Amino acid sequence: MSRIVRTAADIIYPFIVIFGLYVVAHGHLTPGGGFQGGAVIATGGALVIVAYSYEEVRDWLSGKVLMGQEVIGLVGFIGVALLAFAFGQVFFFNYLNASGSLFGTPVPYGINAGDLNTGGFVPLMNFAVGCEVWGGLTLVILYMLSAFSTEKEVS
Amino acid sequence: MLWNLPFITVVVLTFIGLVTVLMKRNLIKILLGINILESAVNLFLVSLGYRAGGVAPIFTLAPSDLMVLPTPQALTLTSIVIGVATSALVLSFAMVLHKKYGTVDINEIRRLQG
Amino acid sequence: MKKTVVVIASLLILSAFLGVVAMTLTFGAPKMTDMDDYFLRYGQEQTGTNNQCTSVTFDFRGFDTLGESTVLFCAVIGVALIFRKMQAGEDHEDE
Repeated sequence: MSRIVRTAADIIYPFIVIFGLYVVAHGHLTPGGGFQGGAVIATGGALVIVAYSYEEVRDWLSGKVLMGQEVIGLVGFIGVALLAFAFGQVFFFNYLNASGSLFGTPVPYGINAGDLNTGGFVPLMNFAVGCEVWGGLTLVILYMLSAFSTEKEVS
Repeated sequence: MLWNLPFITVVVLTFIGLVTVLMKRNLIKILLGINILESAVNLFLVSLGYRAGGVAPIFTLAPSDLMVLPTPQALTLTSIVIGVATSALVLSFAMVLHKKYGTVDINEIRRLQG
Repeated sequence: MKKTVVVIASLLILSAFLGVVAMTLTFGAPKMTDMDDYFLRYGQEQTGTNNQCTSVTFDFRGFDTLGESTVLFCAVIGVALIFRKMQAGEDHEDE
């Protein structure tokens, strides 16, 4: 693509990643969550791939790091849910809710301004699912583009 | 009839999606018909949980206390993600078929066997 | 030509049936709201989140989200398998 498109993609890409991480991190207070934020970040990756050619992007976005991110996301999601057994409760019990530790402030019923420290284990699961969706969607785009290149190398 | 307009739209979209899946010959157009069917189902799920005069079910600085139902929105989120997974796999199959047969016409692919 | 007429006629009958069913639904006044009234009233005490859609997705019905994450993971694995096999097939054809 031309120099204007490449420079604009260079400038906008960090802001897209930060906005996506904001949507993931505030999933328990505002509309959003893990899946929506992960899709936003994958859109930033797609912008960089469109602006530059595939041979150049393959050197920056490595496939092994994205696959590792996806695996860590899914294993983290299951691990956070399995930790409820250590507290003597059932699978998927919210053991951090109103406990005083990380993300443990209790929330009474009613309209309030929203505190980031609340939510139990929902922010942790939001991060895990955001990592998984980011890695998965970018990996699908890279694999589909690798079938068109002339060199025999998988991303 | 005008007060039921979301449900009438669901029926029209289902009809268009089914006609596209059954009558078209190009594999990419069949995939678009599948996507239209999934959009119809998502619209039906979300419009089932609407309360007249309600706001989004979020308690952070909400303007009123009357809220729409949150469960259909959670089910629609799952449905959208599964639609993405289905579309990704069907597109990969279309690419492999084009590389092997040279065309994505389903009548031609069915005849070139052996 | 005959197949087109038969398919479109049968789909029109199906759409008319669905349309009759859709007219009996009321838009804006859902009939059974007991479970969602419970979620809206006790969601903040039992999950500690302000966003009730996220509390339903990740806490009250977290098992469905576990299945959905697994489906997305398997779809990405399937795409990776297809393109790795396609390039391995090219290597074998060239030799």
